[in-house]
Amino acid sequence: MVVKEFRELRRDRRTVAMIVFMPLLLLVIFGYAANFSVDSVTTAVVGPQADQVAGMLPDFFDVTTTDTALTEADAHDMVQRRDVDVAFLADGTPVTVLVDGSNLFAAQATVSVLNKMGDQVTADVLFNPDLETSWVMIPAIIGLILTFIGTIVTSIGLVRERTAGTLEQLAVMPIRASTVILGKIAPYFLLAAFDMTLVTVLGVWLFGVPFNGNVAVFALGAAIFLFVVLGLGVFISTISQNAGQAIQVAFMLMLPQILLSGMIFPLDAMAAGVRWIAYGLPLTYFTMISQGVMLRGAPIDSLWLPLGALTVMALLIFTGAVLRFRRDLAPSRRRGHAHGEHVEAATR
Amino acid sequence: MTWGLTDVTVRFGVTNALVDTTLTVEPGQVIGIVGGDGAGKTTLLRALVGEVVPRSGSVHAPAPHRIGYLPASSGSWAELSVRENLEFVGRSFGLSTSQVAARADELLARAGLDSARDRLARQLSGGMRRKLGFCMATVAEPDLLVLDEPSTGVDPVSRVELWRLVSLAAAGGAGVVMSTTYLDEAERCGHLMVLDEGHVLLSAPPEEALASLVGTVVTTTDPVHPERAWRRGRTHHEWWPPGERPVGSTITPDLEDVVIAASLARRAGVAA
Repeated sequence: MVVKEFRELRRDRRTVAMIVFMPLLLLVIFGYAANFSVDSVTTAVVGPQADQVAGMLPDFFDVTTTDTALTEADAHDMVQRRDVDVAFLADGTPVTVLVDGSNLFAAQATVSVLNKMGDQVTADVLFNPDLETSWVMIPAIIGLILTFIGTIVTSIGLVRERTAGTLEQLAVMPIRASTVILGKIAPYFLLAAFDMTLVTVLGVWLFGVPFNGNVAVFALGAAIFLFVVLGLGVFISTISQNAGQAIQVAFMLMLPQILLSGMIFPLDAMAAGVRWIAYGLPLTYFTMISQGVMLRGAPIDSLWLPLGALTVMALLIFTGAVLRFRRDLAPSRRRGHAHGEHVEAATR
Repeated sequence: MTWGLTDVTVRFGVTNALVDTTLTVEPGQVIGIVGGDGAGKTTLLRALVGEVVPRSGSVHAPAPHRIGYLPASSGSWAELSVRENLEFVGRSFGLSTSQVAARADELLARAGLDSARDRLARQLSGGMRRKLGFCMATVAEPDLLVLDEPSTGVDPVSRVELWRLVSLAAAGGAGVVMSTTYLDEAERCGHLMVLDEGHVLLSAPPEEALASLVGTVVTTTDPVHPERAWRRGRTHHEWWPPGERPVGSTITPDLEDVVIAASLARRAGVAA
């Protein structure tokens, strides 16, 4: 029995990958990424006394901008665009400090440091004044729900066609491969869009999460992100023979996203090596967009990096996955052999 | 218009799934493809419907909307009702809603599925589901009907009903190519092709196939060469190649004997 089990395991590459990959992943994540303490925050110091104030700040504040000519509006703008986490307005005493409340752990650490500085400073936490965890989590959870539907539900829906043998039926039916793919994916796209709307509305209604930004920018980010996760779902279906395998692979792709996207552990607190993994994950960028639009009202031009990264991922993953799926449909048509009163000929 | 394969070879990796196979299907003809597991039956059918691309040779088949195909699996969508399955396939084949409804009524009545039209496909018995698959394959009245073991796992009564449906489709002008593991079914076909490890052992009408035996088949209780013998009821049948003196009582072979003998002859390198 034991020998039989080992033989089966040896041939089940996915399970072996999970047995090897999961402990390593968990070790790396909890060793390098599982850290709630933020050691420094990017800081701008503006106003007439910017140079003096900047020189007096503790090391916790990583001053990236010092400008005596900039005003409070500029400082607000820099925080809103997430150019910096914190902005000091050095125009008198006490110094007003604008803190980005949408970057929860950084904001909590900043407020703690500012409290120790006494009456010299006044903290003004923007976008999440009470530092509510739910305000930060709900925009990220929207991404998680989209990932769940796009990856797991889509892959199971597609792989069901394969296990039931109906994919074979579709392959020979007079339906264009692109129509089959579109017909299979569109319902999941719409379902995910519905779920996203529902969770967003409920998040705003039940938890009072603000929606400060442009709905169209949010919808654009969500649509691009959906293409990425639907692409992952389609890809998983092409490498899985049954629903169990699809769930296994989807789980392996989802877990790193949940743990490393910045949803739970702050990106700023992760070791540099692990942070690079986080920057390769689509949920990281959607979380930047959803938190940016909902909490900070971030304008579209400040979100060019996450939108651009997601667009590149969508093009690569979705296109690649669809081409793989198409390969399973009507191979004779794929190779350009007309099948119809015809002659599908191959030469020796 | 005739359909079929000409000198088709299909390879999967280093395995020859089908070797230099030629098959011609006339309208109204029923062709039975016979062979053991891994003989190449499904590969032949899949090549015919365009799901497998041959390494060499040519396939002559109607346009996809004129081909009806029943795969070895159920071929129906489990969470759709009988009517919805037919509707989906009919509409995909370009029939109008009213045409699909009329055709579905006709097919379901013929297949005895009338009372099950609103049941989900997953709630049907194996035989009913195969019949539904058959109805789906014929809903658009195809010119070429390709059936992969339509009666496997089907009870004897449903098999008879399926055969009636096949005959009706052929009578309507469709060329039918079907694989089967049941030799009694194969004998009812107008033409028979026997495959073994991708090679064509026999391709002839059943009566000619019966006459094509190479060597001799005997009945015996104690086979001289057990590797050339097979059990039939309480006795054994044994194949003797040409040139060898048979031991046992020579019999007139039936189709099962001919198919097994042809397979043994090929493996022994004896030309048919």
